[in-house]
Amino acid sequence: MAPLLEVKHLETSFFTHVGEIEAVRDVSFTLEHGQVLGIVGESGSGKSVSALSIMGLIESPGKIKGGKVLFEGKEISSLNNGQMSEIRGNEISMIFQEPMTSLNPVYTIENQMVEVIRRHQKINSKDATKLAIDMLKLVGIPEPAKRIKSYPHEFSGGMRQRVMIATALSCGPKLLIADEPTTALDVTIQAQILELMNDLKNRVNTSIIIITHDLGVIAEVCDHIVVMYGGKIMEKGTEKDIFYDPLHPYTVGLQKSIPKIHKGERARLVPIKGSPPDLLHPPKGCPFAARCPHAMQICLERAPPTYRVSPTHTSACWLLDKNAPKTEGYRTGEAIDG
Amino acid sequence: MGRYFLKRFVYSLFTILLISSVTFLMMHSIPGGPFTRERAVPDEILKVLNAKYNLDDPLIVQFLNYMGGVLTFDLGPSFSKVGTSVNDLITSGFPSTATVGAWAVLSIILVGIPLGVISALKQGSSIDYSVMLLATFGVTVPSFVIATLIIYFFAGQLGWIPPFGLSTPQSYIGPVVALSGYSLSFVSRLTRSSMLEVLRQDYIRTARANGLSEFSVIMKHAVKNALIPVVTYLGPTIAAIMTGSFVVERIFAIPGIGRYFVESVSNRDYTTIMGVTILYAAFYVMMVLLVDIIYALVDPRIRFEKESKN
Repeated sequence: MAPLLEVKHLETSFFTHVGEIEAVRDVSFTLEHGQVLGIVGESGSGKSVSALSIMGLIESPGKIKGGKVLFEGKEISSLNNGQMSEIRGNEISMIFQEPMTSLNPVYTIENQMVEVIRRHQKINSKDATKLAIDMLKLVGIPEPAKRIKSYPHEFSGGMRQRVMIATALSCGPKLLIADEPTTALDVTIQAQILELMNDLKNRVNTSIIIITHDLGVIAEVCDHIVVMYGGKIMEKGTEKDIFYDPLHPYTVGLQKSIPKIHKGERARLVPIKGSPPDLLHPPKGCPFAARCPHAMQICLERAPPTYRVSPTHTSACWLLDKNAPKTEGYRTGEAIDG
Repeated sequence: MGRYFLKRFVYSLFTILLISSVTFLMMHSIPGGPFTRERAVPDEILKVLNAKYNLDDPLIVQFLNYMGGVLTFDLGPSFSKVGTSVNDLITSGFPSTATVGAWAVLSIILVGIPLGVISALKQGSSIDYSVMLLATFGVTVPSFVIATLIIYFFAGQLGWIPPFGLSTPQSYIGPVVALSGYSLSFVSRLTRSSMLEVLRQDYIRTARANGLSEFSVIMKHAVKNALIPVVTYLGPTIAAIMTGSFVVERIFAIPGIGRYFVESVSNRDYTTIMGVTILYAAFYVMMVLLVDIIYALVDPRIRFEKESKN
């Protein structure tokens, strides 16, 4: 069986009046049925643009320049907007970072949910309302039959994100893309939403891509993790690979900047110094070279190939090359592209 | 909500009363009176005239008498047009004004809004630029210039429409275009910018992410939100247009009430000044109320109950 989602050499750029901004550069990853993939990276690393590219929601002046997206083996990146809209909300759904503004303020929750349900399913509006109420119940909205008549402004941020999730899942999508679903929410609500998504994954059998800048968010939920930086994939692996055996200086840096709670231990947070590269003029070599503690001459001159260290674990770093100087914590991998 | 509107209705009546009294006072503070002529009228005759129209009563008595009349929809006799009442002037003039006004309002809504929506959707295209160029002309060129040009080309040179009056359906084209030109252009610009703003909103992205058709995304989700500022502008505009334009009615020789606004002031035709002012004020206040009702229908975030407690 073909994997649920395959992204192959995706390249997305924004053609602005100051020049081309290469937001996503040669990104490839695969998501199997029923799995949860985390995409981690800081602002501007290209993670949201990757997601919007999969959804076919890149708006002018943005454009998918190269590569393709396969959903259950068939190419969806070549579909037109009309064909793609049959898939959006139906087979692939997406929820966003801003629950406060992501619902239309002038329509009731019922109106908005029923419209989406009836767009993708051939059922009458009474059954659609019933389904919508069931979905609201599933995501933990109290008194759903009454609350469905409310307008978005009568809900809190956490509740609105629940409504977004309910709407996104109402047509039983095979894939849910959650772009920073908890960033705008309180910490306690964040935990609730993550728990909800984790729980729903098993109950409605949906694969999930979670996009976040917070490694902590995805630690417990994800099977696989993709670490992005400067529009490129830095490291890719299972949750264990990334957390216990990080093989890219950027991943290591990210981990050091998460607060940890050990017994009695008070470790200082180590931030990654500097700021992300300017994608209008992307660096010739590795995008992380300017901030990397291990940067070598070659890092500035040539972009590293991807090295495979195990069947699940790859990293794009020159330190893994067989000619690289021995560095503690890094080992040699097999270059798989050029 | 019903209570709120009852309250608003009462406030509206107060507003009209306030406008009436201020106008009444200001009008009487203008030197001279309705019977002042270039050649001085003999004092005795003036006295008789003033007595006949009760202009020798104290101002407060005159005001109360007048407002008493207004309550029974009697706006009094016209001072400058002997033998006609202000009611007659309004009933004879208002239908023409209102018909032209209604067509103008219709074209503002049915042409201005769609033009704005289309140019927002085609932002940066030649359609957008031509609509906005035209709209800029509409906003900047005064109505009397538009009216004169229409008469010169379409009535004079081409002979497509009659140059004056409202005798045939075609004769409405000139005054309607001249009257609606400014507001139509303004509304299309306003709709365009509001639409561009709304199209950037997160809920539009959500609608697309949920796979809704582009038609629904635009016509249902974007337009309703984009119309909120347009409704605000339309209310007072409709009141102003429905009560006529002196300039346009003058140029097209339309027997409407617009000209009474101006003529009555220079004639110090007290009752006519009051009559048209009250008509305009009532219309205006009604439109503002209507806008608030439409607001409530368009935007559920506006709550009346809360406001009426204040």
